[in-house]
Amino acid sequence: MEWETVIGLEVHVQLATASKLFSGSSTRFGAEPNTQANLFDLALPGTLPVLNGKAVEMAVKFGLAVGAEIGHKSVFDRKNYFYPDSPKGYQTSQLEFPTVGKGSLTITLDDGTTKVIGITRAHLEEDAGKSLHEEFPTETGIDLNRAGTPLLEIVSEPELRSAKEAVAYLKKMHSLIVYLGISDGDMSQGSMRCDANVSVRPKGEAKFGTRAEIKNINSFRFVEKAINVEVARQIDILEDGSKVKQETRLYDADKNETRSMRSKEVANDYRYFPEPDLLPIVIDDAFISKIRATLPELPDVKALRFQIQYELSAYDATVLTNEFHTAAFFEEVVAACQDAKLSANWVMGDLQACLNKAELSIQRSPVSSTALAGMISRILDNTISSKIAKTVFVAMVAGEGSADSIIAAKGLKQITDTGAIELIVDAIIATNTKQVEQYRAGEEKVFAFFVGLVMKESRGKANPNQINLILKSKLTAK
Amino acid sequence: MAITLEDVENIAHLARLQLSPTEKQEALSSITNILQVIDQMQSINTTGVEPLAHAYEAAQRLRDDVVTEKDQRITLLALAPSTQRGLFLVPKVLE
Repeated sequence: MEWETVIGLEVHVQLATASKLFSGSSTRFGAEPNTQANLFDLALPGTLPVLNGKAVEMAVKFGLAVGAEIGHKSVFDRKNYFYPDSPKGYQTSQLEFPTVGKGSLTITLDDGTTKVIGITRAHLEEDAGKSLHEEFPTETGIDLNRAGTPLLEIVSEPELRSAKEAVAYLKKMHSLIVYLGISDGDMSQGSMRCDANVSVRPKGEAKFGTRAEIKNINSFRFVEKAINVEVARQIDILEDGSKVKQETRLYDADKNETRSMRSKEVANDYRYFPEPDLLPIVIDDAFISKIRATLPELPDVKALRFQIQYELSAYDATVLTNEFHTAAFFEEVVAACQDAKLSANWVMGDLQACLNKAELSIQRSPVSSTALAGMISRILDNTISSKIAKTVFVAMVAGEGSADSIIAAKGLKQITDTGAIELIVDAIIATNTKQVEQYRAGEEKVFAFFVGLVMKESRGKANPNQINLILKSKLTAK
Repeated sequence: MAITLEDVENIAHLARLQLSPTEKQEALSSITNILQVIDQMQSINTTGVEPLAHAYEAAQRLRDDVVTEKDQRITLLALAPSTQRGLFLVPKVLE
């Protein structure tokens, strides 16, 4: 039987506020345990929440970017459960009246086609602290620095049909939140985490199958793997004639398998009720207009502009605008060297390859935008060929200085002196009489052989256009 | 709506309350009374009435995003029965 995969994602985005959602404690990552956990975060009696306006603004900003309805009145609720890293005994979240309602996100698939994925809602809630189970033999250590950090939980419709679509959705979401500046998007620090609801059904069937929820997936790579193994597991069960159990599962990256989490509660019964310590958030049109005015140019719009302004292909424009900082870097290079196509090729090609290899973000690029533009300028003014440029670039990455100083130090300046090239060509023609005859007899393929020799003789420094011209005229002249 | 003794036990478990048999019976009758009041309220026609999220007819005030709290770890850890290396210690939580 042919099976269809159905996936819905819940993405938790850590909002980049300086202070927590309901207290004035810092949200900085990496501090000593419990140095950013204060009276309210510890749920000491008598403390009350005071809502961080910036978190509300960020949620609204996200909502506007995905074309969502903004809840004019949103309400916090208590989600009750006991776990030591949540000292209050409940998580303050939003159930019935979230700040962000229905919206959508357009994703681009590998074959270049696009698909619109519905967003059900996005709500504000607080993060829990961290439990350290491994540090002590008979006890669990609790660090409450993260408790109360603002999260935006973004829930998608079950409209994703493969692990690849899920990854495309997450990448687009990641790109968007970084563009909006509402999160640093650093997945290694847990700034974006995801739960996946996965089910399968016979192709053509309208009803959804029973789903399993895979918890806490922290990288794009793991999302794809986790979904694929879970889909395979469910298909095996169904083809055996058994039933998939609705449950929460954990992905084990080492074993590449999902496994059932021993159920925490008999059933998830969170006994939600409206948070009596907080009044409804009222968001009026003036507030929305104010936030709308702060929306940056978003990836799709920027890609379109790149196609028009820089005459780039749709593919190049999309690759360059996926990531906010890459787009900015590219625009700096173009501004400095004035050649968009070359800038695009270098940023997407050699630079990106070097960053991938060193696992660096473009913000930490060993070659600055100014330095790269400086090198491209030397290609444009014929000081170096594109081929020699690759050698110069490698030296720049190795920290050997600017393009100009590397070209000077290594003697890489292109030979554009016609006389010098003619001398090389004459010598080659004189010593390769057989190939000259072949060429003159109409075997044009031999031409490349001569170009190769001239390049070799000039150690790659002769200008390719000039080589072609001089060779042609000397070979045809009797 | 009627509830059973089993419901009471379930709610008590979720709230981590240990109730004696007498207390369970008391809870059952109190909750039943409360539910009767709710039944009574539900017979009122509220079509077109916006649900009330809070007893005060007011909007939440928003705070500026500023860090106002200082590190008080030494003072706060001293309140806990067991701590080590800056962490609060609790009985082992098994996953």
